[in-house]
Amino acid sequence: MKQVQSLLAALLGALALAATPCAHAQNTIKVGVIAAFSGPFADYGGQIEAGMKAYMKEHGDTVAGKKIELITRDTKGPAPEVAKRLAQELITRDKVQFLAGFGLTPNAMAVAPVVTEAKVPMVISNAATSSITTKSPYITRVSMTIPQIAEPLAQWALKNGIKQVYTVVADYGPGIDAETQFTKTFKAGGGQIVGSVRTPLQNPDFSAAVQRVKDAKPQAVFVFLPAGEQGVAFVKGFNERGLGDAGIRMIATGDITDDHVLAAMGDATLGMITAFHYSSAHDSPENTAFLKAYAAANDAKAGAPNFMAAAGYDTMHVIYEVSRKLNGNIDGDQAMAAIKGMKWMSPRGPVEIDPATRDIDQTVYIRKVEKVNGKLANVEFDKIPDVKDPGK
Amino acid sequence: MIGNVIGVLFDGLAYGSLLFIIAVGLSVTLGLMNFVNLAHGTFAMIGGYVCVLLMTRAGVPFLATLPIAFAAAALVGLVLEVTLYRRLYKASPLDQVLFSIGIVFMSIAMATYWFGASQQPVALPSYLRGQVHLPGLDLGVYRLFLIVVVAALTLVLQYLLDRTRFGSQVRASVDNATAAAGLGIDVNRVFALTFALGSGLAGLGGALGIDVLGLDPTFPLKYIVYFLLVVSVGGSGTMKGPLIAALILGVFDVAGKYYLPQIGGFVIYALMVILLIVFPAGLYARRA
Amino acid sequence: MATRSASVSISRASAVASTLPDDRWKLLEIVFWLLPVLAFFVFPNYRVLGSQILITGLFAVSLDLILGYAGIVSLGHAAFFGVGAYAAGLLAVHGWHEPITGLVVAAIVAAAVGYPVSFLVVRGSDLTRLMVTLGIGLMLWEVANKAAFVTGGVDGLAGVTIDPIFGVGRFDIGGRTAYVYALAVVFIVFVVLRRIVHSPFGLSLRGIREGAKRMPAIGAPVARRLRTIFTIAAAVAGIAGALIAQTTQFVGIDTLGFPRSAELLIMLVLGGAGRLYGGLVGAALFMIAQDYLSGIDPVYWQFWIGFFLVVIVLFAHGGILGGLDTLRTRLRPRQ
Repeated sequence: MKQVQSLLAALLGALALAATPCAHAQNTIKVGVIAAFSGPFADYGGQIEAGMKAYMKEHGDTVAGKKIELITRDTKGPAPEVAKRLAQELITRDKVQFLAGFGLTPNAMAVAPVVTEAKVPMVISNAATSSITTKSPYITRVSMTIPQIAEPLAQWALKNGIKQVYTVVADYGPGIDAETQFTKTFKAGGGQIVGSVRTPLQNPDFSAAVQRVKDAKPQAVFVFLPAGEQGVAFVKGFNERGLGDAGIRMIATGDITDDHVLAAMGDATLGMITAFHYSSAHDSPENTAFLKAYAAANDAKAGAPNFMAAAGYDTMHVIYEVSRKLNGNIDGDQAMAAIKGMKWMSPRGPVEIDPATRDIDQTVYIRKVEKVNGKLANVEFDKIPDVKDPGK
Repeated sequence: MIGNVIGVLFDGLAYGSLLFIIAVGLSVTLGLMNFVNLAHGTFAMIGGYVCVLLMTRAGVPFLATLPIAFAAAALVGLVLEVTLYRRLYKASPLDQVLFSIGIVFMSIAMATYWFGASQQPVALPSYLRGQVHLPGLDLGVYRLFLIVVVAALTLVLQYLLDRTRFGSQVRASVDNATAAAGLGIDVNRVFALTFALGSGLAGLGGALGIDVLGLDPTFPLKYIVYFLLVVSVGGSGTMKGPLIAALILGVFDVAGKYYLPQIGGFVIYALMVILLIVFPAGLYARRA
Repeated sequence: MATRSASVSISRASAVASTLPDDRWKLLEIVFWLLPVLAFFVFPNYRVLGSQILITGLFAVSLDLILGYAGIVSLGHAAFFGVGAYAAGLLAVHGWHEPITGLVVAAIVAAAVGYPVSFLVVRGSDLTRLMVTLGIGLMLWEVANKAAFVTGGVDGLAGVTIDPIFGVGRFDIGGRTAYVYALAVVFIVFVVLRRIVHSPFGLSLRGIREGAKRMPAIGAPVARRLRTIFTIAAAVAGIAGALIAQTTQFVGIDTLGFPRSAELLIMLVLGGAGRLYGGLVGAALFMIAQDYLSGIDPVYWQFWIGFFLVVIVLFAHGGILGGLDTLRTRLRPRQ
């Protein structure tokens, strides 16, 4: 019995020791990355981290004499209480100086009060709802917002003779945001929305929605669906029912032809017109450097880089720049002051962090899916520069 | 308008047929072994991956992959039945649910590890794509194909159950396993073969369905609700029940989404709850 | 001869008596409840995790009431958790920031939802009940998504600000207040449930679980008892949901989702159903292991949890607590 007691005491003591954080933090800048690395959204965290690693491979992992250390934590998907807990633990236990990642909106929203209290700069690498950056003065975003993509698409449609559109979106926050913004801009420019339908999130079969579109005979159908099998199913339904032959065009935000899954979607996507802020086929020296670094830093399992990897890359750029400017001593308020107005040439094109909203201003491209060197790619053929998030 | 109604009906029947193909195996295993097998989707997923791999890596034509998908899933089912499932026939439903959830988790993890988390590319042969244009009506070729396959399958299964010796052994074991054993029927063998058959059907359904449903490692969990829906509403142990249930659910789901898209997502669940309240044992329950 | 049979019958009677529930607090129970108090001081950096473990533990105990004690297999229990979370969350968002009344309101709302559902759940076979609970959970999720103007939909309900408890404990970033608050509420609710389970009502539930067809023979109204415990379980789940809303100041739509219901079932079985403490033990083990292991490799986590489920069902019946029980009876010296 005595042995058991002493063993128990030793165990408790060891655990207590392990629980206290080690105090070597002086020579490192720790970045807490909170995202989904497993489950149905595993690709979000995977791509963001891959992009971050690409930047670190290209620029080395030391800034202002301090080593940059990534601490990744898995939320497994939309789990705001887990994300908040991870943020709290990263800040109080691991003493991170930055928080980054956040592939999903509810997770970012739940963490916002934490960074306000702790004054830790938070860089959003994907979550796309407009209002996130308004939830805390310590939040900035380097990815995009949904209205920011929907608005230029509507403008382009109007400019190119499309006056009647039917909208099909998934019935959840992002989908409704897309529909609202597109409809607003399209109608303001004189266009007509001939019909709209919101499809349930759990929806394996699109025959009803596609049939409704066919019945209405619009000039184009605007689509917003979560990346994955829904986009594939809709495109297949669209082709199967011959909507394209009936003269109906499909326009969508670029999530649907995400570079990471484009190959799997197959030739059914050829000719699709989308609007987005990043295509891996973008022709620029920065993008070439990014793609090279991506391939060098990650193995084949990471798959083809998409906009989330590019955002991860830019996230590290912001963190590096801030660290450089502040000489490695990260103070929340000074960091945010340094971030506001930051301008650079990203792999996607020129970008700026808006000093007023802390959100990203960037060029939105109109692309078409074509075969380049035998592989499917989103080829840019038009662009709208300096798009601010219209959702604010 | 008439054309539209027929079109919706057609789409609904096609969707229902797909649900039926995947779920019929579950009906048989549930009805026969009274085993709540939530891992049924795993066998469908196996069929799907076999189909995709054969098409993309070995260039096997789509139709040829179907019997192979059936066989692969049936084989896995047979092995699992003999080694694991057999021990749990007398266990409580909770144990069965948890066991099958465990199998699902393991299969999802293995699929993620081997194939990655993203969607698999599915390319149907060109003769199965597009539409057939009848006067006043356009029918999708693949959906027509699904309906034809299901009709044929139903007839084959019905023949198997009603006219063959094996079928009568299955029916005897469903009605009363003890008495069947007493009559000299090797109940263990019947169970094993039936489970293999059910799994094989799931695999076939998976291969047929991936064009519509997509294929990624979370397939078993994503669609488990639909399989369970069909079997619980239809009643286990028969084929007629799930067939009618699948067709009704399919038609109402598509019709709901077409005519009333605002409530489209609810229809299938609400209908299920209502039908289960009215028919607690399912539309055509067989188990005594 | 007579004395031997007498002593045999006495030992058999005492063996039976030792399995009848009695309401005295055992030493092991007191030690059990000292552990979270101890953990507060020994693991100061894990308080947020600790508070979430306690809350999930209470949620698991509420499932145990219907699963372990009444034998209803439910795959939609998260519906009540989510309803409670939204009730407390919406109350706070619309101006009422006092936490304790938030808990009470959440319990009442969850019970109000649970009561009509209980009518559907007391009939039908196990599979039917499974599907009905699943279907209701899924429909409620759709409702919450559709009513995004109220619930925030998929993006979640933010701005759930809670006043400091009794004016003293502000919800801090280190999770100190959250932990103490959660522990106090969980303990109090647990004591109440423990009393219920050890009462004649609780005994009758066990009777229903073991043989529902025989219970009317002793005059026990089966359906009404089941409905009562189902409603109580819904209320408790609602309290757990309210706790998570208040301690995280956010309500996500995942509180209602099917994955939450499924994970809860796993936790309960891991700990051992029908023993009231099983939910707490299972939640603690599951969440600690998940926090530790998923950092190592997330894909492996899912594989191993599946593996352990299979192993538990096949070999380690009754979960951890069941295994400990078996160990204890094996180690006890034979009479």
